[in-house]
Amino acid sequence: MMHHLPILPILVPLLTAALLLLPPFQAKLSRQRWFSGAGLLLLLVVSVLGLVESSTGVSSFYLLGNWPQPFGIVLVHDRLAAMFVLLAAVLAFAAWLFSLGGEDGQGAFYHPLLHFLLMGINGAFLTGDLFNLFVFFEVLLISSYGLLMHGGGKARARAGLHYVLMNLAGSAVFLLALALLYAVLGTLNIADMALRINQLEPSQALLVKAAAGMLLLVFGLKAAVLPLHFWLPSAYSSAAPAVAAMFAVMTKIGVYCLLRVFGTLFTEPGHPLQDFGQQLLWLAGLATLLLAAIGVVAAQSLKKLVAYLVLVSVGSLISVLAIGTVPAIAAVLYYCLHSTLIAAALFLLADVIAQQRGTVADRLVSGRPLQQPVLLGTLFIVAALAVVGMPPLSGFVGKIWLLQAATEVSERAALWSVLLLSSLLVLIALTRAGSTLFWRLNRQQAGSESASLPQLYAVLSLLLCSPLLVIFGDAVMQFCLATAQQLQTPLAVMTAGGNQ
Amino acid sequence: MMELLMSIVIGVLTACGVLMMLRARTFAVMLGLTMLSYAVNLFIFVSGGLTAGKGAVLGRSDIYSDPLPQALVLTAIVIGFAMTAFLVILAIRARADLGNDHVDGNSGKSQEDSA
Repeated sequence: MMHHLPILPILVPLLTAALLLLPPFQAKLSRQRWFSGAGLLLLLVVSVLGLVESSTGVSSFYLLGNWPQPFGIVLVHDRLAAMFVLLAAVLAFAAWLFSLGGEDGQGAFYHPLLHFLLMGINGAFLTGDLFNLFVFFEVLLISSYGLLMHGGGKARARAGLHYVLMNLAGSAVFLLALALLYAVLGTLNIADMALRINQLEPSQALLVKAAAGMLLLVFGLKAAVLPLHFWLPSAYSSAAPAVAAMFAVMTKIGVYCLLRVFGTLFTEPGHPLQDFGQQLLWLAGLATLLLAAIGVVAAQSLKKLVAYLVLVSVGSLISVLAIGTVPAIAAVLYYCLHSTLIAAALFLLADVIAQQRGTVADRLVSGRPLQQPVLLGTLFIVAALAVVGMPPLSGFVGKIWLLQAATEVSERAALWSVLLLSSLLVLIALTRAGSTLFWRLNRQQAGSESASLPQLYAVLSLLLCSPLLVIFGDAVMQFCLATAQQLQTPLAVMTAGGNQ
Repeated sequence: MMELLMSIVIGVLTACGVLMMLRARTFAVMLGLTMLSYAVNLFIFVSGGLTAGKGAVLGRSDIYSDPLPQALVLTAIVIGFAMTAFLVILAIRARADLGNDHVDGNSGKSQEDSA
């Protein structure tokens, strides 16, 4: 059984989703809920086992159909993949818990779609084959289209249309890049591609460069880097809250792909394509960070504000990722964990707050008092402290680490000023949002609806991850550092890996 | 000759697709995306090299054509087909929900009212 561990994070959600579509489960929502929860629990166990196995430092390969490398599709199960798979499983569990508050009944296929989405996400994290990555992208995208429309409504129809169109265009560009790479290199296995890129003639290197540019565009679209980010705020803020929380990991897939694909393909020292795109990513990341911070200040509703916070985290991740040293990548990984979990918690919390404010919902204007002001206020302060980067929560540790990643003076000047300025803007925006939501009250009576327990537990469980990331900070940081170290030597690992 | 014809076909399809995608009505955008996916499929198909007379089955010929692009293009066609189907349904839904078929959901005249 342990032998098949790498493929289980794909198979478990696939089977769960397929079974959930069968009549005995389709008929009753309560059965769907429990079966979906059981599937997620199994996935969590599998992900933890995978993490434990990968933390021994040996990355294992899973050859689908037992075709030898590089001819068959291969799954790569290393620290990086195991870490992101676990992150997705934790998020999905919180989204499931939150949806028990009644949201999953608003549309027909919430639970199956959630599992299909997880299957796509885990597949994208695990695969070592570029075309297979495209296929898993499509699996996760078509489930996300369905989830985005969950519950229906005007705002979701409009945002959904934009989201789908952008991603379809992105898929077309991805395919063009794939075909070009295959035509030049004759392989789709990422490790094998890296080997062949090193033996290219200069004329062919230009074609690979064109393909790499297109890949950069696609991953930039997934990560929502500056010129490609316009779909994100409206899509995330109009999605159902549990869905938005799950989507918090989707931008990180773009970051992951940049790490995995670009970190494997263009690492050969002295090669004309070495560190392709890093300069561009550095500038785009800093610009994203700055503009997203302005967006946070300008946002007129809490959900939009949180959506821009996702963009802030993308900007910080991409700009530090472009520095490319081992400590920088380790810092990116730690911040990835922190920002995904906290952004998801904020999406959920924003909806809990909106439910208690009646017609003004999450708009940042004075409204009626909340039913549970102390509880929600405390949660909001904790989440805000974490996301701004104030001690003692994980945001502080993460941001310090990001700042330390810049070693050269020019890098420091750019990164420190932009990151600290954006943090200040976020702090101002969150302070203003919090005081508006909790203190600027009109004379109406508080409503009677209090937050349901599953929803509160979901928010709490995500927020709890932030102090946990600090308390077990040493272990997590060691793991991130080891992961970054492992990424530096992908080829040696890949070729020494052999058959599994 | 074949190379030239193929590149012109792919280029024209891509150009038309991009042009149509920039239109403001969902139907035109949908057609554009469909054209773009045709262009992409052709592009994948020729990525194994453009030569005639190569064997497709082992043992029938001395030289073989690359089978992988055919497998890739088949996958891409199936996925593209499903996505187009989804997009059509979504566009109809958006037309019903928003009252018009503009991609931003507001018809040109009442842009100020609905904003």
